[in-house]
Amino acid sequence: MSILKTTATAISLLSLAFAAPTWAKTIAITGGKVITNTAQGHIENGTVIIKDGKILSVGVGIAIPDGATRIDASGKWVTPGLFTPLSQVGLVEIAAESSTDDSSASDSEFSVALNGVDGFNPKAEAIAITKIEGMTRIAVTTGAGGNIFSGAGFIANTSGDIADSITKSKAFISVQMGERGARIAGGSRPAAWAYLRNALSEARSYRPGRESEDALLNGPDAMALKPAAEGRMPLLVYVNRASDLMTLIRLHNDQPKLNLVAVGATEGWMVADKLAAAGIPVILEPQNNLPSSFESLGATMTNAARLQKAGVTIAIAQLGEAFNARLAPQQAGDAVANGLSWDAAFAAITSAPAKIFGLGDRLGALSDGMTADVVVWDGDPLELMSSPDHVFIGGEEQTLTSRQTKLRDRYLDLETVKDAPFAYR
Amino acid sequence: MIKQFVLASALTLGCGTATAQMVEVNKNPFPSTYKAMTAGPVLIRGAHVFDGAGAELSKADLLLEDGKITALGENLEAPEGATVIDGAGKWVTPGIIDVHSHLGVYASPSVRATADGNEVTSPVTAEVSSEHGVWPHDPGFNRARAGGVTAMLILPGSANLFGGRGTVLKNVPSRTVQGMKFPDAPYALKMACGENPKRVYGQKGGPGSRMGNFSRYRKTWIKATAYKKSWDDYREDYAKWEDAKSSNKDKKRKDKGKDKKPPKAPKRNLQMETLMGVLNGEIIVNMHCYRADEMVQVIDMSKEFGYHVGAFHHAVEAYKIADLLKENKTCAAMWADWGGFKMEAYDSIRENIPMVHNAGACAIVHSDSGVGIQRLNQEAAKALADGNKAGLNITQGEAWTWLSSNPAKLLGIGEKTGALKPGLNADVVLWSGNPFSVYSRADIVFVDGAKVFDRHDKAYQAVSDFELGQPGEGDEK
Repeated sequence: MSILKTTATAISLLSLAFAAPTWAKTIAITGGKVITNTAQGHIENGTVIIKDGKILSVGVGIAIPDGATRIDASGKWVTPGLFTPLSQVGLVEIAAESSTDDSSASDSEFSVALNGVDGFNPKAEAIAITKIEGMTRIAVTTGAGGNIFSGAGFIANTSGDIADSITKSKAFISVQMGERGARIAGGSRPAAWAYLRNALSEARSYRPGRESEDALLNGPDAMALKPAAEGRMPLLVYVNRASDLMTLIRLHNDQPKLNLVAVGATEGWMVADKLAAAGIPVILEPQNNLPSSFESLGATMTNAARLQKAGVTIAIAQLGEAFNARLAPQQAGDAVANGLSWDAAFAAITSAPAKIFGLGDRLGALSDGMTADVVVWDGDPLELMSSPDHVFIGGEEQTLTSRQTKLRDRYLDLETVKDAPFAYR
Repeated sequence: MIKQFVLASALTLGCGTATAQMVEVNKNPFPSTYKAMTAGPVLIRGAHVFDGAGAELSKADLLLEDGKITALGENLEAPEGATVIDGAGKWVTPGIIDVHSHLGVYASPSVRATADGNEVTSPVTAEVSSEHGVWPHDPGFNRARAGGVTAMLILPGSANLFGGRGTVLKNVPSRTVQGMKFPDAPYALKMACGENPKRVYGQKGGPGSRMGNFSRYRKTWIKATAYKKSWDDYREDYAKWEDAKSSNKDKKRKDKGKDKKPPKAPKRNLQMETLMGVLNGEIIVNMHCYRADEMVQVIDMSKEFGYHVGAFHHAVEAYKIADLLKENKTCAAMWADWGGFKMEAYDSIRENIPMVHNAGACAIVHSDSGVGIQRLNQEAAKALADGNKAGLNITQGEAWTWLSSNPAKLLGIGEKTGALKPGLNADVVLWSGNPFSVYSRADIVFVDGAKVFDRHDKAYQAVSDFELGQPGEGDEK
């Protein structure tokens, strides 16, 4: 790739991601326990200064610029905004109502060419309910329908801004393997892997206008897969069984340029050393400890801790969720209860996802120059009884209301008898 | 009662003979064979206690003897031979009771062969019973035990208007379902509102709408009312016939023939027997229902036919009618934060459970999930925190009633378990810390005073038949 092209991509990304409406605001968050996710570690009684949408400085006793809006975070925790590594937030309003569900397209002519951003609705109910739980960035993917490839996923913020929510469009491609992939691809695991290997090969050799007559991928799909096939974009692979993870590792050995990420990896602990050696990160759900299928017989809540101990980069999600992607901190907390260190668990819902998607230089940590996604919590963010008091996305303070909080407020008082029906409250 | 007891199938044999007896249907043909494991006395010293009835005690001692709780207080003496556990820094609670579980009927692994939770052949299947679908080797039971669950109501699914009977099980490993059945616990009847029945049957002869749902409920209750009457009449006629027989000597010769044959018992009908059990107050209605308006319609219907709804399950809109639930003494069994997946779940809010509690109604945390059942304490914690942040003032001790005593009362086992009170079953969990913290876990679980799980001792970690020889057998789960 030419330097010119890299720069152009970076500039276009910047303009998408950081066009915050109010550039001049300066905010000083003082007195809190600051989790930096950097070499600064945890800072007691720290100060975080936000200026023009970015982190200006982080530390103890640092000078507060004149005119800064001050937020007293004494007794509270100050952290980077949470980043869910995989969800369907904004693609689905109500899963059971197909008219509101853009998460998959089993009857489409296209697969990889489906661009998730085209289905994203920043006004979906799930956006606000996710944001008010401290989650500021979401990786969003479509799901597999009629093809093992489900299209291009993207990264968004949870501001709900109709025009300015996309952080990175076409950020990754995901592909369904394992039991489900086998069924989609024709009936067996070998069929799914054969399809995947062929698709990667076709995508790499694809030249517009010079399509091969016997290609299995159509032009737009091949074009869309090219960046992932060439290792310029993460390829997220859904696999759970240890033997499937070994097949994934064989794919890595054959095609080391691929930027592979394993999703699910229920039996990952059984091949943790090999995943670490191959440098394949894992996006997983720590609570998943039931042998719920024959590809998950080794399921255990210690999976996260064992993988991390072996040196695998892990990211934690409530997988496949639109409405409850917000539960990732509980998943992370449960991983801590099962042997993962607090720092690794918190990184798994902040900096690790940012790094997996190539955004680690801007998101997932609190350090000078990074995007000011900051959350002030009333306690340990992994704890069940903690919640955010302030949420900043790109330096912009967010309103902590949602359709849910409005319903709550309408019915909170059933005792006071009023003439007017509840609909007037 | 027992002497008079004759199986209805013996009707043809007994009827009309000199040894005729009144026919009664065996209400318990699959009786519990549960036996508690043997256990010596246990004294847990100096733990923080949620007693399950609403109170919180710091540094209390709890004594378990002969399967029962015998004392809760300070400076209790250890009886001879007692195992003494240092509870310092730990928490003790009653075992968690999940009133909405499909363990065993939708077992792990989730393959076609293990899907036994919905009899999707007719919208009215009150005749089926979850106990006949339970696979006792479901590894999910063991996982739930490690999460502090000591009993659960196994329900059929919600495809049908009348889904069938639910069965209360103790969470102990057994070769048989009977070996898990909670002795003397009443059955439940699973019913379902709203979207599921109309979705499943809309193209299969109906119901295809909420209107259709209600007409089928009511038509079925009319039949059940008539069936109940046939048995009530039979019992009354039988009593009259017996009276007549005993005064037969005084009758004139020509009237004698009329009294010869005893009244004929109604024909057995499994579906109607379940519904008659509800109308007689012996079987507790547990109804899947999301929307507030629909729950209130159901309450009216229950009054029309003279039965009581024990609980609405899922009840994501219970917060809108918490006052009416209180008034009707109907519980709401809820999730902390599930919702949104269908239209009737769209108005789910995170304060549902505490708002129901705050209105004085009976609030219960349920799972409906093999994953969720492992951390119902965590679900209660989230709900409690959200409620209090919205301005309610509920203590942690009160919140534990959502997990043990309220469920026990709903299931009709409140006199046996659900709280740490002398005389109740010693169903107890020792937690590594405050169970409302994500970092705490159940260390030891007791059912009837016997240790059924110990996180630090493999000897007390049951492994299901299914998991033997599989990857991860006996692993830390």
